[in-house]
Amino acid sequence: MKLAVMGAGAVGSSVVELAGEYGHEVVAVADSSTAAVDDGGLDAEDVLARKRSRDVVGNHDPADALEADYDALVETTPTTLGDAEPGFSHVARALERDRHVVLANKGPVAERYDEVRSLEADSKGTVLFEAAVGGAIPILSTIDDLNGQVTAARGVLNGTANFILTRMAAEGLGYEHVLAEAQDLGVAEADPTFDVEGTDAALKCVILANVLYDDTYTLEDAEVEGIADLPGSALELAAEDGRTIRLIGEVADGEVRVGPRLVPENGTLAVSGTLNIVQLETNHAGRLNISGRGAGGPETASAVLADIGRLPPVE
Amino acid sequence: MSEADRRSYTVRLELVDEPGELLGALEPIADNGGNLLSIFHERGNLTPRGHIPVEVDLEATQAQFDVIVDSLRGAGVNVIQAGAERYSEELTVVLVGHLVETDLSDTLRRFHDCGGVSVADLSLSAPAGTEGPSSARLRVVASEGQSDDALATIRSVAEEKDLRVIEPLTEGSQ
Repeated sequence: MKLAVMGAGAVGSSVVELAGEYGHEVVAVADSSTAAVDDGGLDAEDVLARKRSRDVVGNHDPADALEADYDALVETTPTTLGDAEPGFSHVARALERDRHVVLANKGPVAERYDEVRSLEADSKGTVLFEAAVGGAIPILSTIDDLNGQVTAARGVLNGTANFILTRMAAEGLGYEHVLAEAQDLGVAEADPTFDVEGTDAALKCVILANVLYDDTYTLEDAEVEGIADLPGSALELAAEDGRTIRLIGEVADGEVRVGPRLVPENGTLAVSGTLNIVQLETNHAGRLNISGRGAGGPETASAVLADIGRLPPVE
Repeated sequence: MSEADRRSYTVRLELVDEPGELLGALEPIADNGGNLLSIFHERGNLTPRGHIPVEVDLEATQAQFDVIVDSLRGAGVNVIQAGAERYSEELTVVLVGHLVETDLSDTLRRFHDCGGVSVADLSLSAPAGTEGPSSARLRVVASEGQSDDALATIRSVAEEKDLRVIEPLTEGSQ
C-alpha cells in the first residue's frame, strides 16, 4: 500500500523506516511544520536523515501530505485531549477522500470515537488503531477475533508508571528518585504527567471500552487516579503481605477505572519494568493474558504495520 | 481432635476500664489452646453499661472454644456474644496520607462502625514520624456480602480525610 505518515516522532519515523520491509511504499511524511511528498515513493533514509540533521522532513507544507496520493494515512501525531487535534482533522480528511486510516494516536478514538465511526461509515475507507492500545501487543485484533465474546479487560497499560513502581518496590527507593532515574533512562518524559497521573492508561482503557461496548466513552467517563508521589512505605507494606502495587486499568460492567491497586507480588498482572499486560475475560474461552512491550518506536510501528496488512484493498 | 477441626470464632466482651483488664480477659484464650487472631479494642466507645467493648477473633476447636467461653465467664468477664466466625470475607487495603494527623483511631472506629466489618490487622509505616505522610496496611474482615459496603465506607472516610486508598484488585489477580 501507499502510505502517508503524519508525525515524525519515534513511531512515525519507525513506520517510515520499516514500511519497505513489509512491502509498502511511503509517499508522504509530515512533521508539525514540514512535509516530504513524492507520489513515486520517498527514500526512507533520506527523509530520516533530514529529520535527524535539520529537524525537517522535506520542503512541502504539512497540508500537502494530506492531499498526497496514498491508500492509507498513518496518524502518529501526539495524543491530545478534548478536540484531539490535529489528529482528528487528519483522520477526517483521509476518510473524506475514501482512504484508510491507521492510528497510533489515541486522541481521536478516545475522545471523539462516535465522530470517527460516523465518518468511517460514510467513507470507503476503514479505520484501525491497534497501535493506540498497548503498543506492540495485539489487543484489539484479539478482541476482534473473539467476535464479541470479551466481557472485560484489565491490565497494566503504562510502561513508565510500571517501571517506577517496579523500581520503587525492588530497590526501596523514593518516588522522586526513581522518576528522575526513569527520565535519565528515557523511560519517562521530561513532563511525565500523562503517564504518572494515569491519563495515558485511562485513554487506552477508554478506547477498549469503546470497542468492547461499541459505545462512546471519553476520558471524562473514566475514574482516574495516578501513582505520583506514592510513598515507598506503601510498597513496603504491600510487600510484607506478599503483594505489590501496580497501576491497573479496568474495563468491566460498563465502567472505566484506572488507579494503583494491590496485586499478588508474583501474580500474572505484576509484570516488571516497562512491560505491559492485558487480561481479557471471555464467555467461552476463560481468561487470556497477553503481555509485551507497550511502547517504543519499532514496537509500536509493528502494530501499525500489522493493521496496514489487515486493511482491505482500496476501492 | 486434629488441627483441621480448628475454626475461627468471634467473641464480644465488655471490659471495665481498669489496667490489666484486657490482659486478664485474654489469658483464658491462650491457656485453653485458643489461637488469638485479632483484638479490636474500642477505647472511647462505651457500651450502655459504661464498659468498653472489645472484639476478639480467635481460632480454636469447638471443644476448646466452649471451655474458653466458660473460663471467661468464670473469670467474671462479661461475654456479650460468642460464636462461629461472623466474617467470611476478607480484603486488604493500603491507606496513604496524613494518617496520624487525621486521627487513625477515629478512622478505624468508623470502618468498624459500618456494621458487619472488623479491622483484623493493621500495620503502620510512618518513616517521617507523625508529621509527614504515612502508610497503613489494613486487613479488613467482613460478613458475607459486606465487602463492597466495607470498601465503600473506607473510600468515603478516606475521601473526607484526604487519604489515598490503594484497593485490592479482586478480579483476575490469581
